[in-house]
Amino acid sequence: MPLHKNGVQIEDSWTYLGEEESPTLGDRTILSLDQWKQNREQLLEGNHSYGIVLAPLDEVEELRDDLDRIAVIAVTFPTFANGTGFSQAQLLRRMGFKGELRARGHIIQDQYMYLDRCGFDTLETDKENVVEAWKEALSEMTVFGQPSGDDRQPAYLARHAKGNKAAAE
Amino acid sequence: MYRYDEFDHAFVRQRANQFKGQVARRLSGELTEDEFKPLRLMNGLYLQLHAYMLRVTIPYGTMSSRQLRQLAIIGRKYDKGYGHFTTRQNIQFNWPKLEDVPQILEDLAAVEMHAIQSSGNCIRNVTSDHYAGAIATEVSDPRIHSEVIRQWSSLHPEFSFLPRKFKFAVTGDATDRAAVKFHDIGIIIKKNDAGEVGGEILVGGGMGRTPMIGKTIRDFVPERDLLAYVEAILRVYNLYGRRDNKYKARIKILVHERGIEEIREKVEAEFAQIQGSSLTVPQEELDRIAAYFADPDFEAFDAEALEAINRELEVRKFENRDFAAWMKTNVKPHKQAGYAIADITLKGIGETAGDITSDQMDVVADLTEQFSLDEMRASHEQNLILPHVKQADLFELWSALNSHGLGTPNSGLITDMIVCPGMDYCALATARSIPIGQEISRRFADLERQYDIGGMKIKMSGCINACGHHHAGHIGILGVDRRGEEVYQITLGGSGDETASVGARVGPAFTADEVVDAIETIVNTYLDLRESPEETFLSAYRRVGLDPFKEKLYAAA
Ligand code: SF4
Repeated sequence: MPLHKNGVQIEDSWTYLGEEESPTLGDRTILSLDQWKQNREQLLEGNHSYGIVLAPLDEVEELRDDLDRIAVIAVTFPTFANGTGFSQAQLLRRMGFKGELRARGHIIQDQYMYLDRCGFDTLETDKENVVEAWKEALSEMTVFGQPSGDDRQPAYLARHAKGNKAAAE
Repeated sequence: MYRYDEFDHAFVRQRANQFKGQVARRLSGELTEDEFKPLRLMNGLYLQLHAYMLRVTIPYGTMSSRQLRQLAIIGRKYDKGYGHFTTRQNIQFNWPKLEDVPQILEDLAAVEMHAIQSSGNCIRNVTSDHYAGAIATEVSDPRIHSEVIRQWSSLHPEFSFLPRKFKFAVTGDATDRAAVKFHDIGIIIKKNDAGEVGGEILVGGGMGRTPMIGKTIRDFVPERDLLAYVEAILRVYNLYGRRDNKYKARIKILVHERGIEEIREKVEAEFAQIQGSSLTVPQEELDRIAAYFADPDFEAFDAEALEAINRELEVRKFENRDFAAWMKTNVKPHKQAGYAIADITLKGIGETAGDITSDQMDVVADLTEQFSLDEMRASHEQNLILPHVKQADLFELWSALNSHGLGTPNSGLITDMIVCPGMDYCALATARSIPIGQEISRRFADLERQYDIGGMKIKMSGCINACGHHHAGHIGILGVDRRGEEVYQITLGGSGDETASVGARVGPAFTADEVVDAIETIVNTYLDLRESPEETFLSAYRRVGLDPFKEKLYAAA
């Protein structure tokens, strides 16, 4: 599946580990949480980084101790209506995950802004014209009602920030 | 009243534009109906039995005359000269065309209104006490925090695709007119011992097929921390709420299955992480919003003037029995001497509950401007309220209302029913509710009889979704389909106030032909068994239980 950053297609140097496959050290594969848990001790021995793919029912808490050894976490949206991944992303960022946070699954244009706001870096999609769609989705709103871990200020702070004061009155 | 500043204006304008783009993408076929559905729902657009329906939110039920006039215009232009007030302080318009909706949203934005999140699996319109700011016993105006929550919840990047819809209600008074215990989150604004304002937070209340009374998750959260606390609840819900079964997806099921202790533990742990973060609403923002809800410029009356006004009202009542009747039920005491709260029930005898014509909206808008310091309210009981009327103006107000069919003197009486649209409009309905409501209304039209029956809340839904709050009705009616026939289940003893209770099924369902007689039997049984005229139906029921009613209802069978 083509990988995009800010709507632009980029190279993906990671592959998903098949269900029946077993991981080897440093093979740049993305493992399911179960695969990771089963092979964790062995994999942590080297100094390679790994990728993890999360399903909605996976507890992100289980990754807390290993975050510095994980380079990419792919959060799955089984359908666009299942928004669990937005909260998983928020928690991962708050736990201090600095690696690539990627969104995969069924995601629609009108969720691009939400991905961006919740700390995702990349998006797997086979849609065309992602650049345009991404640009449009991220420019539609410039006022925000809430903080979300990104640098967009909620209106309740922006209103009272120096320099905005006059504008808001 | 809250007024939009430049941030709010930009927000709704951008949102309306965004929807314009979405509609264009749908019309061009780029979006499938499946993909478009959640987007239109989040902008309040439903596909109903016959056509689209647009649901416009009235945050915490408060509106100005200008806004109501705009709704009248929309009703005329895009509906058939009507609007329909719902049980969630929303107004619905039937028949709009998809391509017209972006224009309607623009028209709404022009008067600081929108349809954002009036449906879909997101945080819905925040509802509140329709007497907020007008009653004496209030701790703090609940609309201040309703507004804070409204802004925070709008297009929330994390909580727009929840397991299921999510409803907030906020009250600032110990007497609960907002049914906070029947909401996903209910907030009771109160003061702690130190005199600080905050809120008691209830979680997991709801109606639908599994009615539940909300449980207190925390007794007091200081007002600056309210957003952090509710965000913690939403995060726990978004992560753990069930998505495998639509009927088990509300937070009430999560609370029920896991227990309030486990949920509290998770929420408190999350709250501890985010308390003090940028979710803390600065005092200057709370002050800014509070200023909008400060008392309007009430006129002061001295004792002598008040006495004169009262004497005059007594004379008017003596001379005009209809006015006296309206005063008796539809006028409530106000916190400011010389003022009153006036209920306009949208429940004329034999009419459709909650319906109002565009012409009537214009009348109410004029009267709002003339008599109520330009402020009116919509209640979850499908009525309108003029919250700030000078007592000296009551007669003139009533005369005007009455001449436009808006002076029905039945607030709180048996004909003041909640009735959902049911099979006449709603795609989900399993039975009609409007005609049954109309028939009950006609059956109990006699005012003396209504007085004798006293305070009584009948609430009716046309399907298990319970938009008509039947679980919380003193008498609840639920229309269901039994092998192709519409039948009606009756529950007794529900209540949506601070003593909240879920009604109990009285027995087998009644057919459409029987149900109104059954209601009459229940009422007559109550009249026979009450200890005194002061004992209300609800108190009598709570004393005697279902049995006496069952006996009478099913005796003949
Ligand atoms: S209760 Fe059912 S029939 Fe009535 S409005 Fe709600 S969904 Fe429609």
